[in-house]
Amino acid sequence: MSGFAQNTFNGLVSGAFYALLALGLAVIFGMLRVVNFAHGAFYMLGAFGAYVLLTEAGVPFWAALVIMPVGLGLLGMALERAVIHRLTRLDPLYNFLLTFGLTLILQDLVKLRYGVQSSPYATPSLLSGTVNFGLFDFPTYRVFILGFAVLLCVAVWWVLTRTRIGMVVRAATERPDLTRAFGIDVGRWVTPVFGFGIGLAGLAGVLAAPMRAVNPLMGADLIIVVFAVVVIGGLGSIFGSVAAGFGIGLVQAWGEAYLSNFPIVSQTIVFIVMAVVLLWRPAGLFGREEAPA
Amino acid sequence: MLRIENLSAWYGEAQVLRDVSLEVAAGEVVTLVGRNGAGKSTLLRCVMGLHSGQRGTVELDGRDVGKLPAHRRARLGLGWVPDDRGSYATLTVTENLTLPPRVGPDPWSLERVYEAFPALYTRRDSAATMLSGGEQQMLALARVLRMGARLLLCDEPTEGLSPLLVQQVGDLLREAKRHGVTVLLVEQNLHFATGVADRHYLLAEGRVAEAMDNSEVRSRERELLAYLGI
Repeated sequence: MSGFAQNTFNGLVSGAFYALLALGLAVIFGMLRVVNFAHGAFYMLGAFGAYVLLTEAGVPFWAALVIMPVGLGLLGMALERAVIHRLTRLDPLYNFLLTFGLTLILQDLVKLRYGVQSSPYATPSLLSGTVNFGLFDFPTYRVFILGFAVLLCVAVWWVLTRTRIGMVVRAATERPDLTRAFGIDVGRWVTPVFGFGIGLAGLAGVLAAPMRAVNPLMGADLIIVVFAVVVIGGLGSIFGSVAAGFGIGLVQAWGEAYLSNFPIVSQTIVFIVMAVVLLWRPAGLFGREEAPA
Repeated sequence: MLRIENLSAWYGEAQVLRDVSLEVAAGEVVTLVGRNGAGKSTLLRCVMGLHSGQRGTVELDGRDVGKLPAHRRARLGLGWVPDDRGSYATLTVTENLTLPPRVGPDPWSLERVYEAFPALYTRRDSAATMLSGGEQQMLALARVLRMGARLLLCDEPTEGLSPLLVQQVGDLLREAKRHGVTVLLVEQNLHFATGVADRHYLLAEGRVAEAMDNSEVRSRERELLAYLGI
């Protein structure tokens, strides 16, 4: 029983990362109709930034947790203004070329300076140790990640469903042209929303630094699963991306624990789930078929 | 209030409007009739600023709005009632109503909307797309009235509605007109059109073929119906 609880807990923790990344991809896709293949690179930059801040300037984890998301969010906004916004009128292929190209540039810039080996990042002292929930001891830091990510998802959900800004973002995401016809300057919201999505990726990166190896390719490894998550949840669906994020974290953890005799299955289970979901619901679990413009 | 001069529009290579000129005076209700594909909806989209391939003049209160984006035109008092009713699935009924900012001198309050449409009040927290087609049409009209729009652009508001609901739409448009609201209406239902409108333009192959008043439409109803293929 305690083994199951442990697997479930670990699944939820990886799910928290998937959820944060998929949430950012979902709001960006919803508002811009751009699939941001560079999302993993910003996650990596978040982790690397925290590492560099600590080792070269002595900036602690807690400060990095604020500095990196804000800084990367601003960088994202600048990139949106400089290049991303040009994608709206172009063939989707350019979307892939630009954002994937950005990924390679960002990764290689980091490689150039720091090489490809992984760097350790110490768990902040306040969160070291374990918490006992009766069944067994959970690492405090992982408990923190899970709680923090859930809180953040709830906060985003609250803003989206309970505030006027959220209402405008939902309307603009669902039907951009129609929303313009109702007097709302949809374009004004595009840059901040892109920056917000990138900021979330950066935040996930900082959170990952103490528990995952910090290296230039850490985002590239993760982002493939995150794209499966986004597709399973329904491209552009905010709720779907979060639910599928945690769900896929669980499926992966349970698969690794209980299907370890079938490595072919346990290693590809995410994509098996994705294929089954798409056969059953082509728009994803919570996605809608595109409405006519 | 609205003046369109030599308006042409294209979808890619295909020209759908050819040098259309027409005027709608303040307080008037004017319909556009014509066969499917005559360019009626495109004309409305051009006025709203939602169609990109166009040339010609669109003036609102003597001001050239041809270069303004749709959201700026809406803030000048244009109310958009799209042919698919424009209900948001991710917004509740109340949110659908309160999404547009108030733009005109005489916007309806939410209370007044709900008094006039008790069906919307009872479903106020549901997703708008869960409403019936008729309720969604009322929602679309109520939304631009709450906005306080001075010129309503309505694309076939009676399409697919029961006779009772068609009458309700008519009552609503007449009431809006009494309060000085101007309406440009795409309509296939000639009986409905003569009941609410002052004048009519017949569009054919992207051109204004004829301008008619109510008595002319009534006297030629059979000929027009045959032409429209209804």
